[in-house]
This record gives sequence, C-alpha cells and structure tokens, in this order.
Amino acid sequence: MKSLTFRHLTNGVVTLLMVLATLAVLTPLGLIFLHILKMGLSSISLDFFTQIPKPTGESGGGMANGLFGSGLLILMASIIGLPVGVLGAVYLTEFGSGKLATAIRFSADVLAGVPSIITGMVAYSLIVVPMKGFSALAGAVALSLIMIPIVLRTTEEQLKMVPGTLREASLALGVPLWRTSLKVMLVSAAKGVVTGILLSIARVAGETAPLLFTALGNQFWSKKLTEPIAALPLQIFNFAIAPYEDWHKLAWAGALVLVCIMFALNLGARMMGKTQRLN
Amino acid sequence: MNAKVSLENMSVHFGGNHAVKSVNLDFPANSVTAIIGPSGCGKSTLLRSINRMHDLVPTARVSGRITLDGKDIYGAGVDPVSIRRTIGMVFQKPNPFPAMSIHDNVVAGYKLNNTLKRSEADEIVESSLRRVALWDEVKDRLKSSAMDLSGGQQQRLCIARTIAVQPEVILMDEPCSALDPIATLKIEELVEELKEQYTVIIVTHNMQQAARVSDSTAFMYMGEMVESGPTKKIFTNPEMKQTEDYITGRFG
Repeated sequence: MKSLTFRHLTNGVVTLLMVLATLAVLTPLGLIFLHILKMGLSSISLDFFTQIPKPTGESGGGMANGLFGSGLLILMASIIGLPVGVLGAVYLTEFGSGKLATAIRFSADVLAGVPSIITGMVAYSLIVVPMKGFSALAGAVALSLIMIPIVLRTTEEQLKMVPGTLREASLALGVPLWRTSLKVMLVSAAKGVVTGILLSIARVAGETAPLLFTALGNQFWSKKLTEPIAALPLQIFNFAIAPYEDWHKLAWAGALVLVCIMFALNLGARMMGKTQRLN
Repeated sequence: MNAKVSLENMSVHFGGNHAVKSVNLDFPANSVTAIIGPSGCGKSTLLRSINRMHDLVPTARVSGRITLDGKDIYGAGVDPVSIRRTIGMVFQKPNPFPAMSIHDNVVAGYKLNNTLKRSEADEIVESSLRRVALWDEVKDRLKSSAMDLSGGQQQRLCIARTIAVQPEVILMDEPCSALDPIATLKIEELVEELKEQYTVIIVTHNMQQAARVSDSTAFMYMGEMVESGPTKKIFTNPEMKQTEDYITGRFG
C-alpha cells in the first residue's frame, strides 16, 4: 500500500501535466488571435466592407468584392455539394449495404484526406480547361469537392444515432421507405446535420489553395459565374505577398474578418450540437 | 368465425437460423388473439412477418403463406406499403415521433404521405384520441411535444396514430412491457374495445395479460406453434404437456 502523501503527490503532478497540455493547445490559438487582432483591428473600417481594392499607389480601399465573392462561392459550393453529401448519407444508412456502400465510404474518406491543392487541380482540368478560362463556377466545384465528404460522413453519423424504432414506426403506418428516410430519419437528425454543414462551410471558407487556379481572384467587382471572382482568402494571400505597406494592412484586416467568421461558424455549430435532443 | 389473417405452413429464416417453424394459425376477425411463449421463441418474429417488417432485413426469408382476407400478402405484385396501411403495428417501447407535436403524431400517417387534408385533420385527431381515451388529458396541449407525455400516454398516442390511418388489423408487440400497472390496465381496456372494429393480434410475455384480454391464445416454443385455441381452454385445460408446464410457471 502506497502512502497517502505519495498518492496526493502523484495526483498533483498528473493534474499539473494535464493543465500544461491544455495550455499548450490553447496558447497558439490565443497568440494567433491576439496577433491578428493587434495587426488587423486598426485597418478595419467601414471602407473595408464597402470598397474594392484601390489601384496601386492610392491609399484606402477594402475587400468588399472578396467578401461578396467568398459568400457567392460558398453558396454555390453548398448548392452543388450539400444535396450530394446529405442524400449520399441517407443512401448509405437507409438503402446501402454491401460492397457499394463500403466503396462509397472508403472513397469519401480518401477524398476528405486529399490535399486541397489537388482538389483545385481537378476542378482546373474538369472546368477551367474545357471552358477556356478561370471562373467562379470552377472555384465552387473545387470547394464542393471538399464539402461533400465532410457532410457525407457527419450526416451518416447523425443518421445512425436516430433510433431505428422511429423508422419502424413510420413504416408501420404505411409510409414508403424513401419518405421515411427523408421525413422521419433526416428530420430527426436535422440539428446534427446542420452542425456538420456549418463545420464544412467553416472549413471551405478559409480554403485558398483550391481557388488559386479555379476562381483565380479579381481586383474588381465580378458577379458573373463564368468569370474569375475575388475571394477573401485569395485576396489576403495576394495582398500579403505584395510589396506595399497599405496592402499588408488590408491583408491583416482580411485575416481578422476571416478568423471572426470561422469563430462564429464554429460557435454556431457548437450551439447547434448542444441543443440537439433525441429520444 | 371467419379468419381475417391466416398463416399456412409459415416459416421464417434469418440466414441459417430457422426462427419460426411451419406455423399454421388462423386469426379470427374482430377478436383478440394472444401469442405467448418464453423469450426468443419466435413470437415477435412471427408478428413482424404479418406486416412485412422483415422486408428490410436482408438475411430474413419468409416462406409458406400469410393471407389477409384470403389474399397472399407475400404474393407477386403485392406492395408491402399498402399491406402496412391495412395492418398497423404498435411497438414494445412507445415510439412517438420526437420532432412532432401530439397533434401531428396522431396524423403522422397522413402527414408523412402528404395525404392530409387540413379540414379533416382536427377531426381525425379528436376522434382518434377519444378512441384511446387520451383526448381529455391532452386536448389543451395538442401543440406541445409528444415527448412531454408519460410512457403510458405515449403508448396510447402510438395506438391513436395507428388507428388514425384506419387499418383493419392491429399488431401489438408487447405493448405494455415498458409501462407501469396502471398504464397497462388502461391499454388492456383499450384492447378490449379495439376488437369491436379491428382484428387484434397481441404478443405478450405476461400470461395474466393474455388471459385477461384475449379470446384465443397461441403458445409458441422454440419457433414452433405448440398449441392454440380459445383462451379459456388453453389456460384451464391445455392439451399439451409443454403448454401446461409453461402456464403453470414451471419454465419460461
């Protein structure tokens, strides 16, 4: 039997180690946020949200086109990717069995692990080359390829958590399986599914690499899907490597806005997850 | 009495496991038939084959004939969905739809199929809830979640949901096993009333319950139908030694 003092000592040491590990995780996040806040806050103004970048040499300007472009890209990527991801998950849980389902799950996992620059190259060869030009559409396709596996797997996990007794209850009322899958199972899992969607949006909102040779970026307003379009991460990238002090400031401001959007999306996803109530 | 549902030489296999073995049994119309037997004897499996719930289990295979009004429900071209509309089912654990209100749960069968007419909804809700004696308890909170109800109320809600779509046969799979004695009593009274309009088949663990609510009883053991007949006879003067041993509590 070890002495009480020894056990107290062990307890103290291990607790200290865990606190240190927690700090090690939190410190980089805190440092990043504080640094971006320090560098970016001074450049945030109304202009940032309403103006497009000024030509070289002129001061001021903002990233309104980048914000709009990112929003449009995410919206289009969602329109393409969410139905595929969500319905694919419904198929996997409700109808899929055997080799096909295993193959789909495996490819989704592989797709989720593919570096995003490769995803950009795929969209480049699929869309940019045949259409002979960079476009918002190509950017959206690249982003949707990143969203699909995330949404598919999180939705599948959520659907699996819905009790099978609900499926039986619905079938026993004479409701066909496909209606049961969509209107009972998916609806019961809705909050978890939305959480997964928000996380996937948070993920693609900050993606830069897949947009480099698809959406390309744009110094001006562009609302056409067939033309290059600005995106916040791209603008940050381009402005940060430019040799002008003014542009650097704008890049910091952009980084701050992007990080805040990430925070908001993740918090939203968290809150959704917490209020989830399933019998 | 004419048979509403008939099993002829009916077997159920799950892969290599022969769960129900060549059962022959008639379920008379407008009466309550109880299926009793120890755990794992195949009584729930038998019940679930009557509304084709096994269709979703890839390894399950039903053979022999099950007829509803003389028509084979596993026959070619028979839609399992329409069978389930005629043969409703109440489950062991109350399973109202958690995302729906009490009102919506009652008309769920219509709502999920997009066949609900607004003008008829309230009437269906009231009459169905009255049938299960739940109306007075919930009429002031029809919009609240079904999950706020007690277990017994939830089970009566599930029965209301089942009769709302106007089936002809109601299957009950140990409907009281998750309920307290008072809630059980209410369900049993309800079963008694339901047989006026429906053919009721109830699986139960509880022999006293079978004796109280049913007109006929069938005793199953190890997948086989050991004996069936009028409830009074099965419980007072069974023909088979196994039946007697089971109802007197010697095993099970």
